[in-house]
Amino acid sequence: MLNISTKTPTGGFSFENTRRNAVLEANLSEKGYSAPNARKTGTTIAGLIFKDGVILGADTRATDDMVVADKNCMKIHYISLSETFFTLPGVAADADVTTQMMSSNVELHSLSTGRPPLVAMVTRQLKQMLFRYQGHIGSSLIVGGVDVNGPQLYSIYPHGSYDKLPFLTMGSGAASAISVFEDRYKPNMELEEAKQLVRDAITAGIFCDLGSGSNVDLCVITDKTVDYLRGYDQPVQKGMRGGTYRYKPGTTAVLTKTVTPLPLDVVDESVQVMDTE
Amino acid sequence: MNTRGLRSQLKDSVPVTGLCPQAGPYGVQDSLRRGFSSVKNELLPSHPLELSEKNFQLNQDKMNFNTLRNIQGLHAPLKLQMEYRAARQIQRLPFLPSSNLALDTLRGSDDTIGFEDILNDPVQSEMMGDPHIMTEYKLGVL
Repeated sequence: MLNISTKTPTGGFSFENTRRNAVLEANLSEKGYSAPNARKTGTTIAGLIFKDGVILGADTRATDDMVVADKNCMKIHYISLSETFFTLPGVAADADVTTQMMSSNVELHSLSTGRPPLVAMVTRQLKQMLFRYQGHIGSSLIVGGVDVNGPQLYSIYPHGSYDKLPFLTMGSGAASAISVFEDRYKPNMELEEAKQLVRDAITAGIFCDLGSGSNVDLCVITDKTVDYLRGYDQPVQKGMRGGTYRYKPGTTAVLTKTVTPLPLDVVDESVQVMDTE
Repeated sequence: MNTRGLRSQLKDSVPVTGLCPQAGPYGVQDSLRRGFSSVKNELLPSHPLELSEKNFQLNQDKMNFNTLRNIQGLHAPLKLQMEYRAARQIQRLPFLPSSNLALDTLRGSDDTIGFEDILNDPVQSEMMGDPHIMTEYKLGVL
């Protein structure tokens, strides 16, 4: 008897291949190989509230286990025109898709309410989505922006918890960056001082953490403007060679010279005409 | 009410034991997609999220209706469920994908984007159910 599916297809995730993948991975690991990993962005990201708004900073290295997969990837993503930006460590693909979906959702929501979006709204939608998928979507994020309630900064973890604080860091380099913040943060700082502080925090992460590196990206959000300073600082420049390492001809003295001619006999001679019309 | 059609509506709720029958479309073990047949495979879900995602909409609705009943009284969820039931019956022919616009508007999911809109869009699915079988199932004749 034919057993044909009578259900209408629905959208969303399909778990059809999970068993097959589990069996494949088990077989591979028996032989000593490992399945390819998702590309993560072990990272340092930081956010800070200053007098007129929010500054978000991030490094630009994406790693694939122990190999640098992307030297200059963009970790600060924009959510909505007026204010909020994201920054993200975690699995790179998850982060990208999450950002795009959130940006569409925020736009739809603000169109349907007729008001500019709030940072708290973005945070709530994100944490509800991340909780729904129980941490299988591996992206932790910092959301920052300026709305009618003033400048705000939230951090969200992959399982759905969140924090609202005046300065935040996340990622593998978070410990180094937060130590810089704890030392020098003051409320209501000026723009240049705040930019310097975030830059110093990210640089601490770049130097003290293997998963972060390359350049520092900054994003300054105030209630009137959004300034995305990509490549604000490059603390790690590639070294320049001090001199040339070529030797001059004649540096090595020749002591003796022997010439041995090889006797060769002509065995066969044939002429092949090329077709050159 | 068409009592023969009622059976097809009852069939569509998801029991746990019917999670993953090992037979594929021709009644034979589908090793490529489902792996080797074993009792454990049939009873346990293959991914921790599989059950929770399958029943997500149902569970959300249950929770919301319960809260609504506690706040506003029994009439509120009853009226809403009556509207949902009416909207759910606005469909195209059984084997064609319907937009479910009225149902989406009632649920409020017409102005949100989730993974069910991006991944595995039923409009772009490569397989279609057999028209005869689907219509017979819908009418309860199967």
